[in-house]
Amino acid sequence: MTKRTSQILGHSVLILLSIVFFAPFLFMVSTSLKADQQVFSDHIQWIPHPIVWSNYPEALKFFPFLTYLRNTLILCAGNVIGTVLSAALPAYAFSRLKWKGRDVLFYTMIATIMLPSQVTLLPVFLLFRAIGWTGTFLPLIVPAFFGKAFSIFLLRQFFLGIPQELSDAARIDGCSEWGILWRIIMPLAKPAIATIALFSFMGTWTDFQGPLIYLHNEKLYTLAIGLNSFLGRHGGEWNLLMAASTVVTVPLIIIFFVAQKTFVEGIALTGRAN
Amino acid sequence: MRRSERRAVLTGLMFVSPWLIGFLIFTLYPVIASGYLSFTDYRVLAPPRWVGMANYHSLVIDHDYFLPSLWDTIFMFLELPLSLIMGLALALLLDQKLRGIAVYRTLFYLPSIVPVVSSAVLWMWVLNPEHGLINSVLHSMHIPGPAWLASPAWAKPAMILMDLWGVGGGMVIYLAALQGVPTSLYEAADLDGANGWKKIRYVTIPSISPVIFFNLIMGVIGTFQYFTQTYIMTNGGPNNSTLFYAIYLYQNAFQYFRMGTACAMAWILFLITLVATFVVFKSSARWVYYEGETR
Repeated sequence: MTKRTSQILGHSVLILLSIVFFAPFLFMVSTSLKADQQVFSDHIQWIPHPIVWSNYPEALKFFPFLTYLRNTLILCAGNVIGTVLSAALPAYAFSRLKWKGRDVLFYTMIATIMLPSQVTLLPVFLLFRAIGWTGTFLPLIVPAFFGKAFSIFLLRQFFLGIPQELSDAARIDGCSEWGILWRIIMPLAKPAIATIALFSFMGTWTDFQGPLIYLHNEKLYTLAIGLNSFLGRHGGEWNLLMAASTVVTVPLIIIFFVAQKTFVEGIALTGRAN
Repeated sequence: MRRSERRAVLTGLMFVSPWLIGFLIFTLYPVIASGYLSFTDYRVLAPPRWVGMANYHSLVIDHDYFLPSLWDTIFMFLELPLSLIMGLALALLLDQKLRGIAVYRTLFYLPSIVPVVSSAVLWMWVLNPEHGLINSVLHSMHIPGPAWLASPAWAKPAMILMDLWGVGGGMVIYLAALQGVPTSLYEAADLDGANGWKKIRYVTIPSISPVIFFNLIMGVIGTFQYFTQTYIMTNGGPNNSTLFYAIYLYQNAFQYFRMGTACAMAWILFLITLVATFVVFKSSARWVYYEGETR
């Protein structure tokens, strides 16, 4: 096979697969712009005719996007700040300090990543219920300030790669461990911090079970459970549902394109971590 | 312990304290508490009452839904080899020097960043028996499509299909691993006259086996906790065909308020996950190769 034919073959396979992967997106956006009768036509019509832009304002009437967005962003901000702040210190102790008991605690932490969330879900729920935090954002934010194992793990992997000489030089100059972390390590670890911030943001935006259990007042709904309750009340109105679904998805896609570099670094970090 | 060692331990503990405190409150205490509650009858409004093994006993013996929910969950394990093969195949396809390869990578990856709720709602429509994307395409080829989520036989395959749309998440991890395979290994294989498939089988797959292993472990754990998609799309139906373990556990806890039963289910899940992870770990000695390891 010549190079040229193999290239053409490669492209044709990839283009075919791209169509398959992209079709659901097109179907979503196309449906979101259709009039009712066209949604239920016998054959797929990809191009909406007429284009019903008003589906969006119509959907947003029942789906208070701005309120849900604000709630989602509050949770995202809380989780990102909490995750980053609480990951740095343990990651430092697990990578750049030598002390007895370090490895035992480190492997304990790794083991918790594999613990099914259901095992802790109910007692934690009952705990938050006992102190009257259910129905508020607190159960969905406060735990992030106590270190997420996976974020600590990723940050530790990155810290391990920073030359030890930098720390030694700072210690000779009389810098404390605290000072080394904040003045030397953290500035160097910006890409890794961006990665865990991004993962935490995406995870919180997408989270379903947490808000489902803790938030019952519609005014506090996030986009995720807001969309689900919209589905409950307007099931069957596919054009409106697809409009709402598009509105929930598009911000994440924008963030993906803006932060693509951070994504790639994050994936590389996860890959190397294995 | 010498004084300097003691100081080092103190500094270490101080630095890990955010995680350590969180571990005690949000992991260790709840694990013990749910273990205790699993031996009680606890309906939230009245204090827990000790009932010994009754919850476990009635789950396995009396409950009509417990064992089926376990089998239904195990059915979903079909997804693991499928997503492994698809993810790897896509990664191999994308690991070529072709013009515009970055565009393809982005396209295949995009579905995996769509929020689960959105993709669940979208796929309810894609899988719609009459007007959905898949059955419309099948219809135009004169193939009658199944009722998918409305059919007890097809609801689980429908969910697997939907999840495979998000295979890009695994794909990019394989792709990163593929790019770390030393070219010298391929050159050596060329010298030995290996063809394309043999190179994949004897060079590529062993080299990236740690990553396959990682994805497999996470896949096993994730499958037992399969929840959100199902909760949104079918909530266990039709005819309880998608009443997966995590769904039934959630219903026990938050719909029937049988916290004791739910905690017993959580602990059984914990033990099953432990055993499954242990088996995968044990088997890994046979097929996972780490760089620099001699055998």
